[in-house]
Amino acid sequence: MSTYHANEKGYYGEFGGAFIPEMLYPNTEELRQNYIKIMEDPGFKAEFDQLLKDYVGRPTPLYFAKRLSDKYRTKIYLKREDLCHTGAHKVNNTIGQILMAKKLGKNRIIAETGAGQHGVATATVCALMGIECVVYMGEKDIARQAPNVARMKMLGATVRPALSGSRTLKDATNEAIRDWINNPVNTHYIIGSVVGPHPYPDMVARFQSVISEEIKWQLLEKEGRDYPDFVIACVGGGSNAAGAYYHYLDRPEVGIIAVEAAGKGVHSGESAATSALGRVGIIHGSKTLLMQTQDGQITEPYSISAGLDYPGVGPMHAHLYRSGRGEFISITDDEAMTAGLMVSQMEGIIPAIETSHAFAIFDHRRFRPDDIIVINLSGRGDKDLSTYIDYFKL
Amino acid sequence: MNRINKKLNEPGKLLSIYFTAGYPKMADTVHIIQELEKNGVDMVEIGLPFSDPLADGPTIQQSSTAALRNGMTTEKLFAQLKDIRKTVSIPLILMGYFNPMLQYGVEAFCEKCNDIGIDGIIMPDLPLDVYLEEYETTFKKFGLINVFLITPQTSDDRIRQIDKASQGFIYMVSSASVTGSKTGFGKTQTEYFDRIASLKLHNPQIVGFGINNADTFQQATGKAKGAIIGSAFIKYLTEKGVANIGDFIKTIRPL
Ligand SMILES: Cc1ncc(COP(=O)(O)O)c(C=O)c1O
Repeated sequence: MSTYHANEKGYYGEFGGAFIPEMLYPNTEELRQNYIKIMEDPGFKAEFDQLLKDYVGRPTPLYFAKRLSDKYRTKIYLKREDLCHTGAHKVNNTIGQILMAKKLGKNRIIAETGAGQHGVATATVCALMGIECVVYMGEKDIARQAPNVARMKMLGATVRPALSGSRTLKDATNEAIRDWINNPVNTHYIIGSVVGPHPYPDMVARFQSVISEEIKWQLLEKEGRDYPDFVIACVGGGSNAAGAYYHYLDRPEVGIIAVEAAGKGVHSGESAATSALGRVGIIHGSKTLLMQTQDGQITEPYSISAGLDYPGVGPMHAHLYRSGRGEFISITDDEAMTAGLMVSQMEGIIPAIETSHAFAIFDHRRFRPDDIIVINLSGRGDKDLSTYIDYFKL
Repeated sequence: MNRINKKLNEPGKLLSIYFTAGYPKMADTVHIIQELEKNGVDMVEIGLPFSDPLADGPTIQQSSTAALRNGMTTEKLFAQLKDIRKTVSIPLILMGYFNPMLQYGVEAFCEKCNDIGIDGIIMPDLPLDVYLEEYETTFKKFGLINVFLITPQTSDDRIRQIDKASQGFIYMVSSASVTGSKTGFGKTQTEYFDRIASLKLHNPQIVGFGINNADTFQQATGKAKGAIIGSAFIKYLTEKGVANIGDFIKTIRPL
């Protein structure tokens, strides 16, 4: 039996559940009772698959990165989620959730966003369906991800700044949850990662699981077997990673590697390396590992990458870490930026800074020449150009 | 008998006040509680500040942030309240979010509450099923009443389950909102108040969220046993300080 997927109460080992105020109970309960039924409905599946194909541009290629493979003397494949419409894996989930919202009869969508990728992906599907969209974004992230703010506005969404706390992703999530409390009947909250109360982590993981579903047949075509030796992804909340791991979670022959943001160094006080620094606690309705003070106050994280700047990690990942199933590595801002430039110039692909963290792994860990490695290239770097350019003084 | 139950058995409507411990100043906690009792307040909810108060609007968020900045912690709050029962006899309830309690250790937290003379706990994000499965025994062992919330969206079935699990009162959130966001009660609230009254629950109800003056206090306590004021009191403290707390209470319910 599966050990690394959520059980019916939304627990991954000791992590997960739904630690929500009663105000959110009816909304999450409605979702909990319906999500699997809706997702397994053939009509829903057909509509989801068709939009992924015709609108998102799936399947995304699995590309053999020859120059990188030569450099690191191993076989590196890139799963090109950066080629999804809107530029990251986030849209797999928003397509799924907008269809879910329609099935539940909701006519207003809210979302939180860090890097703006999830905000853009949400604004996009709302435009597609003609549904009102409000996106909460930390004031600090609004400043450092300006192109995505402009895109959301262009797509017709309202972007509301989160002004409390660290003014980043965690605070945007708080604001979105408050909005949901204030609008319990007509509104669906499209969470952007495998975080939040049950059933969100499981639902988002299922929508993202298309990533590893494709990797399986793509590898079979290219390598004659449907699994790699290692699958590697960056982890903010953990949705691109959950999608890339999903069909391999219970296959011990596949090594799972999660890359977190160490910011200026794991112990510098400016970091978002949750597995290394976190303790068990509750954030945004989920029991998981999170960065907090001795007293249980949630700590303000730091990463150069807005999409990894989150003090928690999804409960699936907390369990992968605790159980030893996953190997967790943290990468500093500098290492990630250097890797991002390297990939740009060796493969002609400018990765999102989030993804660049995953590419920095080769300086930390060796692989065998015949290992087959899949890196989930979660997003493209267009949104990060000004950060790259400032950093490298290009 | 727990002080909360004793108070609920008294005739008349109850006025309960919420404030954030350590706000406006770190050392204000005990003084505020004493003043509230002196001015006829029936029950006090002492807010343990949290960095990420999901169910709270800007007023309580701001007071929590300020209290944390003032240095408030669970340990320090317990230290401030150490001798509270020498001067205060009304029921005291600790209200906060579950994570700080979890980090302190649920058992140790409850034991400390019992030592001090705290009567009840309100943790909005400790859900009913988790409480019943994992923590009810501990709360009961230390004589603590756990208070659950209901909202206009809570189904009758669930309200009955909550009623069954409750041993003091039910916290009726007046409208679908975070704290401090609505002013005045409309038809939706009247219908909701009527609906709850018609359920004839075992536990009395106390209404909270959106009560900010004599009018809303009257409306809220028409059918319910009492009402809780939070944001309006915090706003008063922010503007006028802690010197004349009685002036605020008089605007709600003259002595
Ligand atoms: C390109 C990209 N990768 C990764 C992430 C991190 O999120 P998650 O861990 O949910 O995949 C983000 C978040 O914004 C992103 O935009």
